[in-house]
Amino acid sequence: MDARKYELVYVMRPEATEAEVAEMQTQVEAIIQRVGGTLDKTEAWGRRKLAYDIGKHKEGFYVLHAITGSGELMKEIDRRFRVTEGLLRHLIVRVDEADRKAERAKTIRTEDSRRRRVARGLPPERQPGEGPQSQDSDDDERDGFEPAEA
Amino acid sequence: MAMGKKTGPGGKGRGRKATGDKKDGQRRGMFRRRKVCKFCAERIDDINYKDVRMLAGFVPERGKVLPRRISGTCALHQRKLRTAIMRARQIALLPYVTD
Repeated sequence: MDARKYELVYVMRPEATEAEVAEMQTQVEAIIQRVGGTLDKTEAWGRRKLAYDIGKHKEGFYVLHAITGSGELMKEIDRRFRVTEGLLRHLIVRVDEADRKAERAKTIRTEDSRRRRVARGLPPERQPGEGPQSQDSDDDERDGFEPAEA
Repeated sequence: MAMGKKTGPGGKGRGRKATGDKKDGQRRGMFRRRKVCKFCAERIDDINYKDVRMLAGFVPERGKVLPRRISGTCALHQRKLRTAIMRARQIALLPYVTD
């Protein structure tokens, strides 16, 4: 089974007690235990103002979990969350692919800059005291104003 | 990369010129700042739905997504931005509409 990384965010009613929040988390853990997977990280964002009213609520209690597991696991969590009372919203997002892409973009960029620096006869890393990075040297002024009459 | 392709503003400018002389005259004196994709410039690879502060800058009062022609965001990043905004909306971090 291939492990994928997911993020799970859910919004509970603002009047949820600490016990209820903890209870919710144990439920999530139980599902992860049962289906197989790991809970990598838990972040409670706490009470936040909602961008729009949900029912009569104007605030919500936000919790984020980072989970590694299969699609089946997330499906099960999603199914359970849909029928759980006291939850205003939840969102499941797969993050490993996006992370990988961001990582790759970063390496390509650093390698690119190293290559260019070496080609210019500079050391590959930026040295302290080199001054600010030049403002887009490939830019040209032309875009700044209208072209002359044709 | 994306910047090299940006031939749009020049073409647009010419189009405007044909429509009205007066407006054009006013416009010529005005300094139009060159728009650059924020994400390219600041090298933000990951446009995250959790970063409400950043996303809010691309969601004006009404709650719609700020169009590319205003913000200057490149196509790739506008797409990612849109996804991020849509996700943030689902969990009420950003509004769908406000009036």
